[in-house]
Amino acid sequence: MIHWNSLSDFIAMGGYGFYVWGSFGVTVLIMTIEPIMVARNRKTTIARLKRQLRAENRNTAE
Amino acid sequence: MKDRFNLYRFASPATFYPLAGELIPYFAAVSVVFGLAGLWLGMLVAPTDFQQGEGYRIIFIHVPASWMSMFIYLVMAFWAAIGLAFNTRLSGMMAQALAPTGALMAFLSLWTGALWGKPMWGTWWVWDARLTSELILLFLYIGYMALTAAIDDTRRADKAGGLLLLVGVVNIPIIYFSVKWWNTLHQGSSVNLAKSSMATTMLWGMLLMAMCFWMYSIAIAFMRVRTIMLERERHTDWVKALLAGGEK
Repeated sequence: MIHWNSLSDFIAMGGYGFYVWGSFGVTVLIMTIEPIMVARNRKTTIARLKRQLRAENRNTAE
Repeated sequence: MKDRFNLYRFASPATFYPLAGELIPYFAAVSVVFGLAGLWLGMLVAPTDFQQGEGYRIIFIHVPASWMSMFIYLVMAFWAAIGLAFNTRLSGMMAQALAPTGALMAFLSLWTGALWGKPMWGTWWVWDARLTSELILLFLYIGYMALTAAIDDTRRADKAGGLLLLVGVVNIPIIYFSVKWWNTLHQGSSVNLAKSSMATTMLWGMLLMAMCFWMYSIAIAFMRVRTIMLERERHTDWVKALLAGGEK
């Protein structure tokens, strides 16, 4: 069922290892970093909006 | 008539925001499942290609990324058309949320294409129709993001960006049909409704990976659109209530 005989065969990719893993590596990197950046951006945005809202409420209270 | 299910209700950010929030984990989970299944089939089970050896396995991300780069653009153009025609608030936010992911997909398409081209064609890049039109797609995404970021008034930014998206849509059929219309180094399409040139496990691996990329794109766009909604609707009562309620 599994196509490969050994782990080193799998890593070598029949001599195409650099190209195959170069493709998959960058893809995995991007699909990991993008959600992290979006989540981080959400946190900072919410923190800023909350600050602005509090400042607004203070101003109207005075 | 008041209780009738109304699809238009979800076009309102106040109702779409919680819905998207609930759906994100499902789309993310389904994406991971499809991704693992696709990688298992494509990387572990699928046989060697008789022409390209093991190098062909780049297809399992190259084709899904290329499909998504075109599909996301079409979805953005759809939202742009809705926004320009009906002046709906949600459309501009959706286009804005999709653009970075579309750009990344176009980049991945070009990146994996270069890594595939080098061993198979002997070159990282050629200025042929398929590659050049995909590069233009990347520039359209970057152009859209730069243009909308440069205009302070969001309504005008959405309008200008929407026009750019609609004009640029002409590029999509050019990419898609480029391998038919012009002589090109790029191989023809591997998937065809009538007959496929691929082994079954290869085909299924690729389709599963395509589903994985699709679900990923939806999840990440929903994540992004929720932040955009808070930002743009910060003066409305529903956002103020959320923020006061400790939204995370």
